[in-house]
Amino acid sequence: MNAIKKVAARACVISAGVVFYSQSAWALLPIEHWAEPSGAQVWLVQSPALPMVDVQIDFDAGSRRDPPREAGLASAAATMITKGVRAVGDAPAIDENALGEAWADLGASFGAGADSDALSFSLRSLTDPPLLARAAQLASRQIGQPAWPEDIWQRERARWSAAIRESDTRPGTVAGKAFAKAVYGSHPYGQRATAETLSRIEVAELRAYAQRHVQACRARVSIVGAVSRPQAKTLVSTLLAHLPSGAPCTAPPAVPAVQQPLAKAEEIKIPFQSAQAYVLVGQPGFKRSDPDFLALLVGNHILGGGGFTSRLTEEVREKRGLSYSVYSQFAPGLNAGAFSVSLQTRPDQAAEALKVSRAVLERFVAQGPTENELKAAKDNLIGGFALRIDSNRKLLGNVVNIATNDLPLDYLEGWTDRVAALTVADVRAAMARKLQPERMVTVVLGAQP
Amino acid sequence: MVAQAVAPSQFTLANGMQLIVQPDRRAPTAVHMVWLRVGSIDEIDGVSGVAHVLEHMMFKGSEKLAPGEFSRRVAALGGQENAFTSRDYTGYYQQIPANKLEDVMRLESDRFAHNQWPDDEFKRELEVVKEERRMRTEDQPRALLSEQLNAAAFIASPYHRPIVGWMSDLDAMTPDDARAFYRQWYVPGNAVIVVAGDVDPQQVLALAQKTYGAISARAVPTRKPRTEPPQIGMRRIEVKAPADQAYVALAYRAPSLQSLTEPTASDRDALALLLLSGVLSGYDGARLERGLAQGPNRVADTASSGASVFGRGPSQFFLSGVPATGKTAAQVEAALRAEVARVAKDGVSQAELSRVKTQWIASRVYDRDSLQNQASELGSNWVQGLPLDAEDRLLTLLRGVQPSEVQSVAQRYFADDQLTVATLLPQPVAAGTRKRPAADAGGAIH
Repeated sequence: MNAIKKVAARACVISAGVVFYSQSAWALLPIEHWAEPSGAQVWLVQSPALPMVDVQIDFDAGSRRDPPREAGLASAAATMITKGVRAVGDAPAIDENALGEAWADLGASFGAGADSDALSFSLRSLTDPPLLARAAQLASRQIGQPAWPEDIWQRERARWSAAIRESDTRPGTVAGKAFAKAVYGSHPYGQRATAETLSRIEVAELRAYAQRHVQACRARVSIVGAVSRPQAKTLVSTLLAHLPSGAPCTAPPAVPAVQQPLAKAEEIKIPFQSAQAYVLVGQPGFKRSDPDFLALLVGNHILGGGGFTSRLTEEVREKRGLSYSVYSQFAPGLNAGAFSVSLQTRPDQAAEALKVSRAVLERFVAQGPTENELKAAKDNLIGGFALRIDSNRKLLGNVVNIATNDLPLDYLEGWTDRVAALTVADVRAAMARKLQPERMVTVVLGAQP
Repeated sequence: MVAQAVAPSQFTLANGMQLIVQPDRRAPTAVHMVWLRVGSIDEIDGVSGVAHVLEHMMFKGSEKLAPGEFSRRVAALGGQENAFTSRDYTGYYQQIPANKLEDVMRLESDRFAHNQWPDDEFKRELEVVKEERRMRTEDQPRALLSEQLNAAAFIASPYHRPIVGWMSDLDAMTPDDARAFYRQWYVPGNAVIVVAGDVDPQQVLALAQKTYGAISARAVPTRKPRTEPPQIGMRRIEVKAPADQAYVALAYRAPSLQSLTEPTASDRDALALLLLSGVLSGYDGARLERGLAQGPNRVADTASSGASVFGRGPSQFFLSGVPATGKTAAQVEAALRAEVARVAKDGVSQAELSRVKTQWIASRVYDRDSLQNQASELGSNWVQGLPLDAEDRLLTLLRGVQPSEVQSVAQRYFADDQLTVATLLPQPVAAGTRKRPAADAGGAIH
């Protein structure tokens, strides 16, 4: 596949309908997309202003693929890939400290991590050709020739287990885990690594996990920076050079859907001695591919996502002084991530804050936004569209979004027009389709009468 | 193709207010900030936290605008906004499409000059601030430790007090405390406007004259020195809080970086301390990680350092760490001190030093990717009294630091008499219900 679409600049000019203040024309930054012979898919935005490049390589190998008994597997594999390179032919082994020194000496950085959906590598480097070539070579060896040192996995597992025990003493962690378990049931989105699940993971599993999932043909590579298309092609082929091509490329097995909606409401009260009570209300939400995505984004912006002007902030914080932070969010992913309202408040105010938040939520789902609220949200989202793409870092986030969610290349180009076209009825209907306030999970931790 | 960085411009308005403009034409956006040289360092006992409370109240209206209207207008312009308070400064910002710059300059100059609100708004917002304190400090054992460490390390310096304020000071704060602080410190000569983005400096100057220029000049209040007396012996405190892991933090008194144009011997020491911190923990596998957190006998799960040498108040060099399972905070403390002692005895290699410098040189390029970063550097440098080209000067000076100078500061600034140590003693959490330590039960926390 080979295509070029204009993004960013034109979308902004069309949507905002304004003449820009300064005389400078915003350079058009197209997204180029192609497939490498290895099967890797590449998305490139040439952003020439700064002598730097950002690369992110995503694989559909996030923690939703962790076996329940080995929760933490994807993250552990990502961590260990950064802990050493094995000797291959004439190329020497490189231990974790030599790697740290090498990256610092290049003035570049390389990392690996896993979230619910993806196992990702990221590289940031200057584009000075000799530097970038060395950075790409080093990253390539880390991605394709990890050493999997046994002693370091023992150490990392001990550190991670200790950090989990520490985190489990915090009110926010305890409340969040109870919420995830109740919302997701047995779905892997609700799984969390524990000392017990980590104890079952050995180096052999980590190696097998990487071999199974980190294949060139399954790589989605997003690049933003001062590189030409030929330079980008060289960069990608270098980065993936040591990975098995995986031909024939087998798709990973489907992950089951999140069970939704919930059968009934559930209230979980957890006693806890803390300075604040933690309140969470929510349910399974929706997948990123849902056609209601934009209507829900706008709806949530009005309900509790949009800075100081949302309904929840107005009712809970501004009018009543009950919480410093109160917000609602959807977490759409490859599976239906959770919808949640969350706040923290003095323990004796938990019941009141919960009551107010629920009332706001129920009313919003039942009635939707007002015309004025929808206009205010559109003004902010459309007027501020350029703020979403005004740095390489932000552009990369948008390109990764397109790459990992199979969005069309002109996704950004049409974004403001699609927001502008939404009506109050669209937003109300979308929220009502997704949210059932009478069947939500409520977690209240640390409340005092 | 690659754009050279355009140098920022600085102007002084007739009323004494400063303006710094950093053009960056990559996208049709801008960030607009106002930085005031006032923070918790300028507070006095009994009203700790008032600089931060006032920052919250600045969103509560002006002669022209009702409470909350400021945020609604910024949102309608397509903007993102917030504000921040530190020990040394208070800042307000809006990220906006560049063609909305004049609108936010009108809004910001209006509240700078005419902030006002009813007492009732203050009462509710004060409760919000107390929730912020509970969230950021009281339920965070390491933040609690840091608060107590500052209180122990500083006696006369206002750095003794937390930015958010002691809870009893918040309980007792009145609307007029915030209003008085506003009248005293929010004067044009105590502030800088910073604009970065797709803008022309002369046009921004004209806008600034039209908006902020209309504010009457007033004298910037004199500041009492409140100099921290010399430390004459080691201080050691313990903090009990619900946690599983222990933690130890060491704070050594250090020289502040005062001048980048004519650096004194003390300024050179501050620079060498910055490099020392880079050598100790500036990259993966640096000395502290290698010495404390690796190998079969490792004592720590994490270990890090920090040279806090920019500031209007006294400076510190920090070492901290979390003991590995089965190890103690005392072992971590000893190991941290041993790493500094090793530098004092054997020095650092040229390769280590070059590595740290290379990272900083590269990060100057990466930092330019964010308008917010660029504007924040310019604003905070102004607050510290540093020149417009501070970042370039700093890099030049850092490049000149020699291994012998790093060894020398490791020898001279780490005497026990200059040290305050704080150790977190984890308190058990049983069966989902945890007990507060007895010391807290009747104290300020509620």
